[in-house]
Amino acid sequence: MDVSMTVNGSPRTDSIEPRLLLVHYLREVAGLTGTNIGCDTSSCGACTVLVDGESVKSCTMLAAQADGADITTIEGLADGERLHPMQEAFREHHGLQCGYCTPGMVMAAVSLLKEIPDPTEAQVREGLEGNLCRCTGYHNIVQAVLAAAKTPTGAVS
Amino acid sequence: MTAVEAPTGDRVVGTRLRRREDPALLTGEARYVADLQVPGTLHAAFVRSTAAHARIGRIDLAPATAMPGVVAAFTGADLQGEWAALPCAWPVTADMKNPAHLPLAVGTVNYVGDAVAVVLATSEYAARDAADAVVVEYDPLPAVVDVEDAASDRVVIHEELGTNVSYTWELTPDPAAVDAAFAGAAHTVSERYIQQRLIPSAMEPRGVLVVPQPFGGDFTVYSATQIPHILKVMLALTAGIDETRLRVVAPAVGGGFGSKLNVYAEEVAALVLARKLRAPIRWIEERTEGAQATIQGRGQVQYIDLAADADGRVTAVRVRLVADMGAYLQLVTPGIPLLGAFLYSGVYDVPAYSFRCTSVFTNKTPTDAYRGAGRPEATYAIERAMDALAAEVGVDPAEIRRRNFIAPEAFPYSSASGLVYDSGNFRGALDKCVDMAGYEQLRAEQARRRAEGAKVQLGIGVSSYFEMCGLAPSRVLASLNYSAGGWEAATVRVLPTGKVQVVTGTAPHGQGHETSWAMIVADRLGLSPDDVDVLHSDTAIAPYGMDTYGSRSLAVGGTAVYLATEKVLDKARSIAAHQLEVAEEDLEYARGAFNVRGTPDKSVPLAGVAFEAFTAHNLPDGMEPNLEASTHWDPPNFTFPFGTHIAVVEVDTETGAVKLARYVAVDDCGNQINPLIVEGQVHGGIVQGVAQALWEDAVYDADGNLLSASLMDYLVPSAAEVPSFETGSTVTPSPTNPMGVKGIGEAGTIGSAPAVVNAIVDALSPYGVHDITMPATPERVWKAIEHAQEARA
Amino acid sequence: MIPAPFEYQRAGSVDDALRLLGEGGEDAKLLAGGHSLLPLMKLRLAAPTLLVDIGRLRDLSYVRDGGDSLAVGALTRHRDVETDPLVREHAPILAHVAGQVGDPQVRHRGTIGGSIAHGDPASDLPAAALALGASFKAVGPGGERSIPAADFFQGFLETALQPGEILTEIVVPKATGAGWSFQKFNRRAQDWAIVGVAAVRNGSTGIGLVNMGSTPLRAQAVEEALAGGASAEEAAAHAADGLEPPADLNASPEYRAHLARVLVRRALEEAATGHS
Repeated sequence: MDVSMTVNGSPRTDSIEPRLLLVHYLREVAGLTGTNIGCDTSSCGACTVLVDGESVKSCTMLAAQADGADITTIEGLADGERLHPMQEAFREHHGLQCGYCTPGMVMAAVSLLKEIPDPTEAQVREGLEGNLCRCTGYHNIVQAVLAAAKTPTGAVS
Repeated sequence: MTAVEAPTGDRVVGTRLRRREDPALLTGEARYVADLQVPGTLHAAFVRSTAAHARIGRIDLAPATAMPGVVAAFTGADLQGEWAALPCAWPVTADMKNPAHLPLAVGTVNYVGDAVAVVLATSEYAARDAADAVVVEYDPLPAVVDVEDAASDRVVIHEELGTNVSYTWELTPDPAAVDAAFAGAAHTVSERYIQQRLIPSAMEPRGVLVVPQPFGGDFTVYSATQIPHILKVMLALTAGIDETRLRVVAPAVGGGFGSKLNVYAEEVAALVLARKLRAPIRWIEERTEGAQATIQGRGQVQYIDLAADADGRVTAVRVRLVADMGAYLQLVTPGIPLLGAFLYSGVYDVPAYSFRCTSVFTNKTPTDAYRGAGRPEATYAIERAMDALAAEVGVDPAEIRRRNFIAPEAFPYSSASGLVYDSGNFRGALDKCVDMAGYEQLRAEQARRRAEGAKVQLGIGVSSYFEMCGLAPSRVLASLNYSAGGWEAATVRVLPTGKVQVVTGTAPHGQGHETSWAMIVADRLGLSPDDVDVLHSDTAIAPYGMDTYGSRSLAVGGTAVYLATEKVLDKARSIAAHQLEVAEEDLEYARGAFNVRGTPDKSVPLAGVAFEAFTAHNLPDGMEPNLEASTHWDPPNFTFPFGTHIAVVEVDTETGAVKLARYVAVDDCGNQINPLIVEGQVHGGIVQGVAQALWEDAVYDADGNLLSASLMDYLVPSAAEVPSFETGSTVTPSPTNPMGVKGIGEAGTIGSAPAVVNAIVDALSPYGVHDITMPATPERVWKAIEHAQEARA
Repeated sequence: MIPAPFEYQRAGSVDDALRLLGEGGEDAKLLAGGHSLLPLMKLRLAAPTLLVDIGRLRDLSYVRDGGDSLAVGALTRHRDVETDPLVREHAPILAHVAGQVGDPQVRHRGTIGGSIAHGDPASDLPAAALALGASFKAVGPGGERSIPAADFFQGFLETALQPGEILTEIVVPKATGAGWSFQKFNRRAQDWAIVGVAAVRNGSTGIGLVNMGSTPLRAQAVEEALAGGASAEEAAAHAADGLEPPADLNASPEYRAHLARVLVRRALEEAATGHS
């Protein structure tokens, strides 16, 4: 079957098997390997991308279901050379170590701030409940998201 | 060797420099193994045993090979001539039993997940479908799941060995002293603790891609590994490939925690199949597959006895371990209990010591190194037992520790277990942690809730930990029968343009070595860290190395980098003196340039010296061109980080739910290169230890099936389950290396599990609860309260 | 893990979906948000040969004021239920519970109808529907019918929906200003409830239980005790009466029964004094 969608601003159409998961479509068909796979049970959130602006686990969505959607992956977040405020905040606050959960964590955090622009620490922690990190103990991730919320563009872009 | 003072002023070392690794990781540009795409790659999927113990009957590959996209499929018998058994590099005793562990099982399978066949297809989807289509008949044998049951040899797993006991290892330097201490003790405690099995759960699953060049005869192995160097040697031996034909690359690696410190069946199989099929072979682990096919951690039953005098001063520690090896010995499986064997007396001045470990095979996934490896187990046992002693003697947990600490002036301290502890100030860390926590106020709040009979009780848990890391002096490793050395290699070269290239034998996978090693070199050379590039994790670029594990990278690898930098500086000084026509002693080096003392205008920058060394037009007689130096540093001792952690928990006595309300940690890792990175290591370590205490458990049923094989059932915590942490440090430089540094990678994990469990038991002590088994699930907590109340009634 | 191969059809309307479902026969499944079905398919615990994707039927995503009740379209996503002003005003427990399902990513895709139709005893929304006394509209080849929540959940992952029928709407009696409570007990925020309790005091008190049996359940013994004048504490003691709660890695039946008693009491206390 054919699917068409916009990925990081570029429209594309591909012929796919119906069972192709969105994450495999992004990684193998679109060649965007920044979105990682960390589990097979929708538990870890490493594969989180934005579908029409909202966080979704791309391992639990068929590429076919994304037909017509606007997808943003980690590769589409920075503005040219300039990191997105959320990426900048993760770096500033050492919110990543091995980096494997990071693309999904950053996308989840971007989506979170769209819904709650000025969250409390508890809201950040609950808002990231679907994303697992094994390195950071979350302390600095939470600091990064709180800091990003304070930047003029962090909560909206 | 004397330690340098803690860095101050405008130095790079000691600053919170932001990591250079981050932009690539934050933008998706970093490439993990699964991200590498090589045309013509065949995807491997393994068929794994569904039985814990069985004879393998007929294997029918035909349904798989008939499927579209499938290129080949093999059983273990098909490949038996292509490989040797997987290596175990730590034969701890001469008579240790070590069953042959083939990459694909032949004859019998010995745990659920044991690979029995492999399918190769042109896509990952086709490979998975085909692996499901392979038919394997199993003739079941009785499975042995419980480690103490296995030790009885009721059922022998590996018939050819005649027993399930792999080895027994004892460390009792003075048996009479131990007996005398217990005979004369005013107080004794005898405890049994269970270290449940843990699934390491690095967020990146394992994976390997082997790219052959059939006519050149070379193989490049890309693996999600912590140990590219060790892996190269072991793959050459196991697959029978000339080591010069192998290049191993660890690309971006998404965490390891010990689980990628191994030589796995899939790595050997991918290499052998690439050789056989002359095609690139790729295998990427699925999470649920990895829960069974990747090593697990812990898995011990601990018996610990303390003897103490009337004041609660410990006079002897006696430990008996039964350690669960799983079905086979992986790379360092048998050595893990030994890494804790010397540490069961903890931070305390204990005159008599006895340790014995019996290590036993079971029909479960092999165990091996997991964050802390032996040391969290030891720390848990002594720190829980110290709380039991405090209860027995009737003093506060902080006080029982103060009475027993090794005094700061006692260092270097020779322990009854035979170690020499290089440095420590245990009381200092405890006092600071108690201050930060507001210990007295917490006790007052606890008393208030107890008096009220509140349903949510407060618990305060103290854990004073200490560990040996920085593996390690090669001679000490030899005395423990470890097959490899403990040195580390580094090369520092100043390129013609003055930029610096560092080559390290460490293999970072989240620890930030690129940043920290650049800081060490930049600091010493007076340059910006941006001028220093760090190369690693590719055996073609960094041919020597002992890789990254056991909190060794900074104390051993970082020190090698530091010493290579010193060597470079020595050579540069000779060239500069020659260029400036002065004696070397007349030169001083500051901010990237050699200056002649007292003659400010006579100076040459390091870049100028490097260019001179590169052109070699005018070097001192006999000097080789280029400004480069290498070292292979073998440390004289381990390093010994320590600290005190305090956990504050709220226990809902109606439901048994435990909430970690606060966590205060004071850690001492000596001088810190980058405190930002140190704190990050502490945070992550704490959560892994807390997770052992509260959530994580590799649960097997009586037939040897792993019930918690996915992240739905194996409860790795999220941000929502843990609080922010209150961290502090004390600085007691290590005298063992020139920078005065120690490891910090495992400290958080080592200190935290006992702090949390001590806190839970503390909360429930008025109910008569004496112990709680990890993980302290709500049901266990509730039942502990119920049982204690029934026992009282 | 990947699903087994299947055929995929996208429905353009409810009628279209009914036709496709009819043609597909027994091995056809509806796909809404996919957050119940796709995980089972990846684990190969489900292997439908035809998926009929109704995810694009925007006309099944709505919340409408029906006078005494609210009508919630079956394809309304959890996130939209959680934030809808009408739901928040007239059935605040439903908004709250929708915000407790899974994690934010799940709530961005999963739908209320999908959750109800899956009939998972560990799922939160069915318990809320039971406590609210909701009913469900289903459309099938034989037309439309309404099924009370109390009659809907019939066995493990079995509901009153007939093959070929589609759940289209959840009808919720307004509980404006009524006291309510939702007690979700789990070990990690993203996990299913070990036990959950939904309570609504809207005249009489309705109580739904999560994960206390093979289906989503009403705590009938508690409701009856309350109707007979029992105090919250007395009534809560009956929370597990006649039930056979499941055993799993998180809890034994005995512990679940205990939790149900504690959580029902807390829910009744909170519904009486707290939320309204």
